[in-house]
Amino acid sequence: MKAANHQITWLGQLGNNPLAVAGLLIVGLLCIVALSAPWLAPYDPHAIDTWHILESPSRAHLLGTDLLGRDCLSRLIYGARISLLVGIVAVGIATVIGTILGSLAGFYGTWIDGLIMRLVDIILCFPTIFLVMAVIAFLEPSILNIMVVIGLTSWMGVARLVRAEFLSLKQRDFVMAARISGASNARIASSHILPNAVAPILVATTLGVGGAILTESALSFLGIGVQPPTPSWGNMLTEGKDNLEIAWWLSMFPGLAILVTVLGYNLLGEGLRDALDPRIRDSEGKS
Amino acid sequence: MQDWKILSRITFSSTIILNMSMFLYLIKKIFTLGSTFLGITLISFMVMHLAPGEPMSLQTDFNPKMTPEMRERLRAQYGLDRPLHIQYLQWLKGLAVLDLGLSFSPDRRPVWDKIKERLPVTLLINILAIGLILVIAVPLGVAAAVHHNSIFDQITTVLVFVAYAAPAFWVALLLMLYFGIYLGWLPISGLHSLMGYTQMSGWEKLLDWCRHLILPVLVSALGGLAGLSRYTRSSMLEVLRQDYITTARAKGLPEKKVIYKHALRNALLPIITILGLSIPGLIGGSVIFESIFAIPGVGQLMWTGVMARDYPLLMGNLVIVSVLTLLGNQLADIGYALADPRIRAGVKTKD
Repeated sequence: MKAANHQITWLGQLGNNPLAVAGLLIVGLLCIVALSAPWLAPYDPHAIDTWHILESPSRAHLLGTDLLGRDCLSRLIYGARISLLVGIVAVGIATVIGTILGSLAGFYGTWIDGLIMRLVDIILCFPTIFLVMAVIAFLEPSILNIMVVIGLTSWMGVARLVRAEFLSLKQRDFVMAARISGASNARIASSHILPNAVAPILVATTLGVGGAILTESALSFLGIGVQPPTPSWGNMLTEGKDNLEIAWWLSMFPGLAILVTVLGYNLLGEGLRDALDPRIRDSEGKS
Repeated sequence: MQDWKILSRITFSSTIILNMSMFLYLIKKIFTLGSTFLGITLISFMVMHLAPGEPMSLQTDFNPKMTPEMRERLRAQYGLDRPLHIQYLQWLKGLAVLDLGLSFSPDRRPVWDKIKERLPVTLLINILAIGLILVIAVPLGVAAAVHHNSIFDQITTVLVFVAYAAPAFWVALLLMLYFGIYLGWLPISGLHSLMGYTQMSGWEKLLDWCRHLILPVLVSALGGLAGLSRYTRSSMLEVLRQDYITTARAKGLPEKKVIYKHALRNALLPIITILGLSIPGLIGGSVIFESIFAIPGVGQLMWTGVMARDYPLLMGNLVIVSVLTLLGNQLADIGYALADPRIRAGVKTKD
């Protein structure tokens, strides 16, 4: 009963925050667009039409056509699939790694904690994009590789969060009670402590998706991410850059799509943060 | 009078004890720094050597004349046939004297020479960007906090959210499109003009550089600007709630003094940390804007290295860039200590 009440309160709080609702709407809408791409897209995103290359937006092609006469709107819609897929899977990988390492560090403390946190500090010294580029250089730039590499280089925030949560929770009475009643370490960690850390993980995950989408689009823009002809917002922008003087629409819309998507996730994440745990918000900005 | 004397004596004796703890703190700090540095080198090395795909394969796979013997000879020449830990130690030994090996590219130049000539440009742009971030973000955040929930606050909040979500390379394209192509006010690539640059006088050269740097600096500052102004705002809001602010107001200090002298000074502390944390993002961003604006910096070098699978270059770049980040973070730490009288005296109040 109490749990149900709690859920109602935070959902209600989320609903009262117009920015968070906007974020939720954007994210929901994008998921629908990505899932129903084949029905929404007016053209085949790969269909080349040499009679209509670099046409500015018109009624036939709402967002214009590109260098090969492909319909930009259709490519944008299919691009949503790539961006969301990469963003969500990469953050999923990061969350799993971060949760495991953070739990180990927070639960066992001592040298395990020292070692893992040192690793976190070290990896945080690498500018993400440099690290990702260095790894990608020796791999095929496939979508799977990009997701894995982004995931492998962005788990540190989650690890820190989970560790902090473990540190503060493992001293509590209910953990002691579980220990006395004979629960194993693994059980205490996974079913007594971890569920309490879900809220901050959820916030970090939501905010992380926006970051992962930005990284993917930057990589694709640099030509080492998702490879053409697969449409991704990042590699569409590369084409926009090469034709900047003659076709503004090639640069305008994919960027706008990235902006709106990342904005949606960030708004939702901040809204969740406020709704789930006012504590986190208060501690934000402190060192 | 008596009280004051006792107080001064206490402070005096506590300084000695604190100096001792300061010393221990320094030792610990040096150890931390050293191990982090070693970790950076180890990870850079591992990333390059454990990633599937031979560093040589790009050069050898597509060369029909390449026989297995020649390939082996090439591997031996680059030291790739020795065991990994030997290769690592060899590389580390070189690193100590800034010998990062020779680039795989046809010019075969030392990697450090390549990085050295490009580092100043990247540093210059990043330092200018940090300056710009501080000059704009801090006053903006303060104003938003002081006029909490006003229309100004709400507008800046929305703008900050948008700026934070905007991909830097897209903003760069739009700025190029508008200022470079549509208005024709600013040059859109390179560090200086190609035509007539040598005939320019010193001042003209400086002006030319400035005109070329405006857009790159603006673009690289954008993300940090949004983040920092948001942090300034929340940090200011927190400080403004404190009792001593009420006290300052109650004793009749002018509002300006309350905000800039009492509140901002305290609010700035976390901002220094945040600034330190944003350094990797800034340097990482240089890959993007350097490739867009065709600026010959470290980021562009990295990109070239990726394209050519030039792994001595990539490894060197990765290490140098992350050591720079480490140094930047240390600078932020020192800045924090300088700004906080509690830490300056050697007392660590909060963890």
